[in-house]
Amino acid sequence: MRNFEYLAPTQVKAAAQALSEHEGVTAVLAGGTDLLSLMKQRVANPQRVVGLRGIRELHGIAKQGGGMRIGAMATIQDLLDSKAAGAYTALMQAAKGITSPQIRAMGTVVGDLLQRPRCWYYRNGHGLLAMHEGKSMVPNGENRYHAILGNKGPAYFVSASSFAPALIALGAQVTVADAEGERQMPVKDLFRIPGAEGERENTLKPNEIVIEILVPSVSGWKTATYEVRQRRLLDWPLATASVACRMSGNNVRDARVVMGHVAPIPWRSSEAETALKSKGLSDGNAEAAGKAAVAAATPLSGNKAKVQLAGVAVKRAVMLAGGRSVV
Amino acid sequence: MATKYDWPAVEDRSLIGKRHDRVDGPEKARGDAKYSYDRNLSGMLFARLVTSPVPHGRIIGIDTSRAEKVKGYKGHVNILNPGDEIQWAGKEVLAIAADTEEHARDAAHAVAVNIEKLDHWVKEEDVKKAGEANRVKPAKDDAKGPDLAAAWEGAEVTHEGYYGLGVITHCCLEPHGQVVDWTGDDIKVYASTQAVARIPADLAKGLSRDESIGRVEAGQVEVITPYMGGGFGSKFNIDTWGIACAQLSKKTGKPVKLMLDRNEEVTVAGSRPSDYGNVKVGAKKDGTIVAYESETWSTGGIAGRGSPPLPYIFDNDEKLAQKIRHLNVSTNIGPARAWRAPNHPQAAVLTMCPLEDLAAKLDMDPVEFFKKNADLTARPEVYRYEIDKCAEMIDWKNKWRKRGDSGSGPVKRGLGMSLHTWGGRPHDSTCEVRIEPDGGVSVSMASQDLGVGTYTTLSVVAAETLGLDIPDIRINIGNSKLPISGASGGSTTVGGTTASTRRATVNALEELKGVVAESLGVEAGDLMAKDHKIFAKSDSSKSLSWADACKKLGNRTITGQGKQPDRDGGKLNDSGVGGVQMADVSVDTETGIVTINKIAAVQDVGLVVCLKQSESQVYGALIQGVAWALYEESIYDQTSGKMLNADMEFYKLSGAGDIGELEVHMVQNKYDDRGVIGIGEPPAISPGAAISNAVANAIGVRVPTLPLTPDRILAALADA
Repeated sequence: MRNFEYLAPTQVKAAAQALSEHEGVTAVLAGGTDLLSLMKQRVANPQRVVGLRGIRELHGIAKQGGGMRIGAMATIQDLLDSKAAGAYTALMQAAKGITSPQIRAMGTVVGDLLQRPRCWYYRNGHGLLAMHEGKSMVPNGENRYHAILGNKGPAYFVSASSFAPALIALGAQVTVADAEGERQMPVKDLFRIPGAEGERENTLKPNEIVIEILVPSVSGWKTATYEVRQRRLLDWPLATASVACRMSGNNVRDARVVMGHVAPIPWRSSEAETALKSKGLSDGNAEAAGKAAVAAATPLSGNKAKVQLAGVAVKRAVMLAGGRSVV
Repeated sequence: MATKYDWPAVEDRSLIGKRHDRVDGPEKARGDAKYSYDRNLSGMLFARLVTSPVPHGRIIGIDTSRAEKVKGYKGHVNILNPGDEIQWAGKEVLAIAADTEEHARDAAHAVAVNIEKLDHWVKEEDVKKAGEANRVKPAKDDAKGPDLAAAWEGAEVTHEGYYGLGVITHCCLEPHGQVVDWTGDDIKVYASTQAVARIPADLAKGLSRDESIGRVEAGQVEVITPYMGGGFGSKFNIDTWGIACAQLSKKTGKPVKLMLDRNEEVTVAGSRPSDYGNVKVGAKKDGTIVAYESETWSTGGIAGRGSPPLPYIFDNDEKLAQKIRHLNVSTNIGPARAWRAPNHPQAAVLTMCPLEDLAAKLDMDPVEFFKKNADLTARPEVYRYEIDKCAEMIDWKNKWRKRGDSGSGPVKRGLGMSLHTWGGRPHDSTCEVRIEPDGGVSVSMASQDLGVGTYTTLSVVAAETLGLDIPDIRINIGNSKLPISGASGGSTTVGGTTASTRRATVNALEELKGVVAESLGVEAGDLMAKDHKIFAKSDSSKSLSWADACKKLGNRTITGQGKQPDRDGGKLNDSGVGGVQMADVSVDTETGIVTINKIAAVQDVGLVVCLKQSESQVYGALIQGVAWALYEESIYDQTSGKMLNADMEFYKLSGAGDIGELEVHMVQNKYDDRGVIGIGEPPAISPGAAISNAVANAIGVRVPTLPLTPDRILAALADA
């Protein structure tokens, strides 16, 4: 870890003012479960770290206008303990998948959205795109955990967020602040696939801070998350899916299906959504949605299994949303 | 012939073979136990390694000029020099010391090592490709037993398949390293080691190559290791980082701490060789195995490694036709070190898996099949007994179904088993026991407790012998100045150290009995030590409490010596054990995820000294076994030549939620007359084969290679 300056502002504006408009110069610290390891590995080398812990308004989870507000400093444990969050089944199921008490206690929900990819080439210092002699090392390298969708290149890593698929399925927004003011955007718009080394996988400017997540009411919706995870010990999922279905009687009126760990961004599947529309949440329809979700997948040399796993994740998330048992 | 040193008969044992808590448990739980990593001496400097990012190359230059200007820099020593060849990424090039760990890291980062890159190779499973890269060499060609061609001719059912398991790493919780405090002529080394007594000579030899230091004698070195956090076979030597740490201490005149970080630990401080291969087995219709033929290959790094012992256990030279061919693949990965039962876990996979496939083809229950063939092993009766016992523990009779007969629904359940053996010949050991006039008893030797129970087993033996309780015994180990005892490797410690302790304690007690006999006016031979008393067997009214007996010593301390081996010292230990393990698993055939429901283990180790510590060794081996059966794998990238998962995030171990129910049965009162035999290695051998066999039984097809990850399970199902 290189030396850095640490600031602990008490106001959002002061925090935003302390951030550089240039990439990599400053960093925002919430729980630190990702940033600190990136700094120890010298993958991130900020000259200044701006801690958000002292900003009172960023803490806590509360009901707000029929929906729910999750502050930037609200931890995963806060979410699990929150009464306001109980109705958001998809979100709670995603939280339960993070099985480490330490990560739950320190890691924040917003931090989960903004954590950097877990790609082992990136974490070993080869850059986000793992370029070597003009081409990425990933497609013919060790890519068992890499992308099967949105992987036309040059990015092959997967978005590691546990909560983004659920929040996108739930239609959540984030509020982003800079020194001038605030703006809101859908969680989906936080993410992008970088096109060149040096570009990030999110759309935030270096001097912007996500200060909260706003989740709308889920009244009338059935939601669920299913994660394919090898271990019960803290482990990255191999593929996940979150679904949210607005029901009209027994039939799906609107469906949102979002997969995690399959693409450089949380991957919304219009194919799976179409497969569910105007139908019931039966096992057969769940199976069809799962198949549709991965029909366009393009696996790399070593991650063919992820196509099936992602399809199963969608199928089982739909089954869970329909109140059925998955195995 | 019976001697006074023999272990007491079963009816006379009050402590041996019973369950006892580990005596070092409380101080470990309280955090009072100081491991090498915990040593922080006054004025101590911190050292970090500079390692090679290149998997194969030649050093052109090392520039430390920037590093020497880093705040807090105190000195550095080269481990390699310009012109030296590097054979794996992560190889130590230089060690650098600074006043804080952070400054040491900054300084290490500021060193520029210029390396000319050479061709590297890090993959071995595709042996054809490795051959094209000129990386393959024959290592063993062997044929034994009856005529092979005739055996194949006579085989009524044959099976041929591909099996294997990848390279894994030791992943010690306390990484390798030490604190060295060099003051005047004295070199104190707080080393995380399995070989307290061996390190002084090893370090002195290493240091003597440094001309600026001159001659160093082993006698100058004192190794202090009261506690250590796991070795598994990887911590026998001082290693380059230990020598460099001592050089830095000499150079700076300060104590220096150099412990590997997690990435270094996982990359360079030990790996277990892989094994892959094609195996053919044949049997008569009645299940009698008649032939075993294999062509296998593996890597243990650049220098390769030996062949696994194939066929494993079922290796009777008179009855079984055998042909073995093994190839060595030379790779630029961290070098192999001994891993619990070296070569045996691999051999178990390459034998028990094809044999269970053969049993499936024969339409035989593996329990009957393995029992039927037990005559091909060195200890048929032990295995038959253990198979029956283990089957009962896992409810084999009710739960086992034929392969593929696991019902509808995506989750399939299956059972599998494996057998193993290990030698465990006791190492040499010298023990000194003192009985003090105040009644205190101490047992001293330069042994070590790797966290497995040495403190406890020595306490049990001394207390049993003297008629005292476990807390009455003070154990002095973990210091090289004490009487020499062997390194803890190969399951040799408990046999060696309990024998020397028993002999030393009997000798010390004899002397005390002489004093007591005079005082009570009885024959020394008539005296017995029990329940904190020494009394005459012929007249129990003639008795002294232990404290009063010791007071009779006046100001004299009794010293008893005991050695292992000792030709006249009775039959206290042996080598050669058998064990059986069975696994009950569920496999989600849509996701390929395996859940362990239960593992049952039955183990023979001759005479059990402390039942709880023995069981704990088996539990640990099973937990470790679940990890390498399902999760663990060192993943190397051919382009960069680096291990990509040198962390605890993607180098996956098993957690408490992943291991299912574990049930352990130690065989007791059956082979006790053989004496004490080691327990460290045997239970670590079978888990992979047993779990792989259970998965095959559950899903109806063999998943050829371990770890049994979801992608491999789905691929095997898709191929079926």
